[in-house]
Amino acid sequence: MELRKGYLKDEPVESIYFGGGTPSLLEESEIRLLIDQIRENHSVERDVEITFEANPENLSIEYLECLKSLGINRISIGIQSFNDLQLKYLNRNHNANEAINSFENARRVGFDNINIDLIYGISEENTIWQANISQALDLSPEHISAYCLTIEEKTVFGNWHKTGKLLGINEETGASHFESAHTSLSKAGFQHYEISNFCKPGLYAKHNTSYWKNRKYLGVGPGAHSYDMNTRQYNVSNNALYIKSLNGGNFSSKVEKLTTIDKVNECLLTGLRTIWGCNLEEINNKHGIDLLEKKIRSINHLLSSGLGKLDKATLSLTTSGWLIADKIVSDLMID
Amino acid sequence: MDNIRNFCIIAHIDHGKSTLADRLLESTGTVSGRDMQAQLLDNMDLERERGITIKSHAIQMDYSKDGNLYILNLIDTPGHVDFSYEVSRSIAACEGALLVVDASQGIEAQTISNLYLAIEHDLEIIPVLNKIDLPGAMVEEVSDQIMDLIGCKREDILLASAKEGIGITEILEAIVNKVPAPGGDPNAPLQAMIFDSMYNPFRGVEVILRVFNGTMNKGDLVKFFNTGKTYNVDEVGILKLNHQPVKSIGAGNVGYLVSGIKEAREVKVGDTITHVDNPTKQAIKGFEDVKPMVFAGIYPVETSEYEELRSSLEKLQLNDASLVWEPETSAALGFGFRCGFLGMLHLEIVQERLEREFDMTVITTVPSVQYHAIKTDKSIIKVNAPSEMPEGNLISHVEEPFIKAQIITKSDFIGVVIKLCMDKRGTIGNQVYLTADRVELSFEMPLAEIVFDFFDRLKTISRGYASLDYELIGFRKSDVIKLDIKLNNDKVDALSAIVHRAKAYEWGKRLCVKLRELLPRQMFEIAIQASIGSKVIARESVRAMRKNVIAKCYGGDITRKRKLLEKQKKGKKRMRQIGNVEIPQEAFMAVLKLD
Ligand SMILES: Nc1nc2c(ncn2[C@@H]2O[C@H](COP(=O)(O)OP(=O)(O)OP(=O)(O)O)[C@@H](O)[C@H]2O)c(=O)[nH]1
Ligand SMILES: [Mg+2]
Repeated sequence: MELRKGYLKDEPVESIYFGGGTPSLLEESEIRLLIDQIRENHSVERDVEITFEANPENLSIEYLECLKSLGINRISIGIQSFNDLQLKYLNRNHNANEAINSFENARRVGFDNINIDLIYGISEENTIWQANISQALDLSPEHISAYCLTIEEKTVFGNWHKTGKLLGINEETGASHFESAHTSLSKAGFQHYEISNFCKPGLYAKHNTSYWKNRKYLGVGPGAHSYDMNTRQYNVSNNALYIKSLNGGNFSSKVEKLTTIDKVNECLLTGLRTIWGCNLEEINNKHGIDLLEKKIRSINHLLSSGLGKLDKATLSLTTSGWLIADKIVSDLMID
Repeated sequence: MDNIRNFCIIAHIDHGKSTLADRLLESTGTVSGRDMQAQLLDNMDLERERGITIKSHAIQMDYSKDGNLYILNLIDTPGHVDFSYEVSRSIAACEGALLVVDASQGIEAQTISNLYLAIEHDLEIIPVLNKIDLPGAMVEEVSDQIMDLIGCKREDILLASAKEGIGITEILEAIVNKVPAPGGDPNAPLQAMIFDSMYNPFRGVEVILRVFNGTMNKGDLVKFFNTGKTYNVDEVGILKLNHQPVKSIGAGNVGYLVSGIKEAREVKVGDTITHVDNPTKQAIKGFEDVKPMVFAGIYPVETSEYEELRSSLEKLQLNDASLVWEPETSAALGFGFRCGFLGMLHLEIVQERLEREFDMTVITTVPSVQYHAIKTDKSIIKVNAPSEMPEGNLISHVEEPFIKAQIITKSDFIGVVIKLCMDKRGTIGNQVYLTADRVELSFEMPLAEIVFDFFDRLKTISRGYASLDYELIGFRKSDVIKLDIKLNNDKVDALSAIVHRAKAYEWGKRLCVKLRELLPRQMFEIAIQASIGSKVIARESVRAMRKNVIAKCYGGDITRKRKLLEKQKKGKKRMRQIGNVEIPQEAFMAVLKLD
């Protein structure tokens, strides 16, 4: 962390996130060391959001108390489903009871900002998904991330799919699960602020939001990435190599410089996933690319077909637009 | 000149011409072992990838026999029927031909058609029975076929294996002994014929020629008959593995010429070159104009690349004299060119060459044959594209091109072959037994029925034991109509087709289904309709895309995801936007793959 101290310049830290893999493997002393290091090397805002990501089976009262004492103020629980069969199907190490217990433990210890991760599109019917949503609402979390099960080649799910361990679902099913999540959660007072994210009014995940709002971030650890508005950097993902390079006292990462076109395309990609959309005028001022002029046909089509909205110069997608956001974004991208 | 021999290698496809050329080059020491590779003369990437010869290729060899040095100009030719124009031009530069026949296959359709081309030009024919190394070689039987076909003696047929290098010396001896030395007078006025050419971005147009009379020297001032333009001969040379400059090329020899010609249009294959001083009075009889079999529109994907496409076509035409084209416009696609091809393979190759050699991205529209719309005053409108077909009330009737097809097959397959030809509106003519179990069938049928997928079908039903050759015999009255396609109510002229009335309904239905499969789903539903005039005869629809979004897009996903979507966008390059529907290239070809 010392080595990367200069990366964020002197800007204050707004959020810290322990995630990506299994941070719950860390000992109390290790977490403490990391937080101390951040405070030593950077100025940290008073209302900093410090999130810790964990699976239900690791969230005992003791562990949660320890997290709390370290200053962690947000917990994100990888519950995925409250259905034992589905959890087995996804090869999870917890069951529905443990999932509910972990959430209640976190509350008991005093966490007042908790996220639940859920997965939909696991099987064709909608009833289990509806039940999962109701169960989540019963717990009354501040934040829910609802992801569609994604089967991509060269991933664990991809391999399962290939060997028949995991079945894919219909596009129509995925769409209707998405729609029922939107309807039920909105009715329960949640704000659908990003394609896969819902929160109680105002309680956006600060950290994740910074990715979509084009803010700087510094990633630490093997495979982590960082962004300074001009380049994206990737640390080596091999543990041994990562440690070796650090011990040598130098830090090496793959750096990718973003061209103006890359930056505009990334703005579209991330901005249109959120309720905040993309401010086309700002893009034009900053990058000299007038999307409103270049893409007028596509934009008009989005507006007339109810897939998009234009508020002054800010283009955003409607819920039905979000369902085909990738298609829309690739049409709007420039080359 | 007595020591020059000009010969070509002709055969049915895959009978081993290029492999035989390899052995001849090797045994005359024209290529060193280091440079040798299989089918060396197939030097275009496309030829190597597909394992077939597309272009004729001339190369000069030195050969000593009995203390004499001979110059042998060899031209390897393609065997596929779509490239027969390459064969006929090569033949015009030669006095002899090796007629290669695969001993395991026997005589096939292009063995016969290419032989006839050679005989028409009075070429000395040297029959070579190739692939005798194969266990399935039928030496006796196929020799009988050859003797029958060309009326030679058994001992005239050279037995060879190009693969194993058997019989190569005998072939070289026969070339020297049997192929006549070229006639012509080195002191007469210059008379040279262009039989091929190519575009070189640095040197301009390179002309491949055969000198019939006179001598062409470096530095001479020459004139092209066709255009009357004069040029200085910057370089002349002979065609070794690489071009090799020499001081002069004399009567009877084959070589190349570079004279800084930048305009592709100034060079026409078949043209005669002579000196400005002391010109020949007589141009050499050039080549008959090619008769294209299929026509299709070629359009730039980027409308702004129209002029670039024109200049690419001009340059490509230098090296592919069978390609013809003229400008056309399409309501759907804008400005482009209607091109004529000798067949579907030719079309495919032209498209590939435009992309590889000239870096163009093009869309090819539904191919069609040429129809004649006969007006009431008996005048003829030539219809090369469905969109040019006049409305029914403006014409008396339509005529479509008919061909005579020669199919050689095993007697076991006579039944299925006849059935196929009848389905394709054919009528059967002669049946001639070449041997006890090989038969040659002739049919007359509409060209439109065979240019597209007929050959593949024929191969399938005969398990590969059938070959096909055809020639145009004229136009006949026919009940054809125009079938239009509408996408979301916009008529897409580039998807229209002319079809026989009896097949129109079936066609319309299948075409709609095919388009439903091929059109990528979009943000909205696409209605597909097939119609004849104003009557809709079939409809389908492509449902709107329902869900297309990744679930997670956090820090590390962003760049990867952006690249993925950018790539998808590039993939769309080959699509044309018509109205708000994106149409991929395959859709235009779908029409052909309906059976
Ligand atoms: N066994 C055997 N195979 C041969 C012989 N000559 C050629 N072949 C094979 O036959 C195939 C076709 O050979 P090519 O030389 O490309 O045939 P081609 O006549 O030039 O074909 P096109 O130019 O496309 O008409 C190749 O796989 C050769 O290896 C031979 O004498 N014996
Ligand atoms: Mg060949």
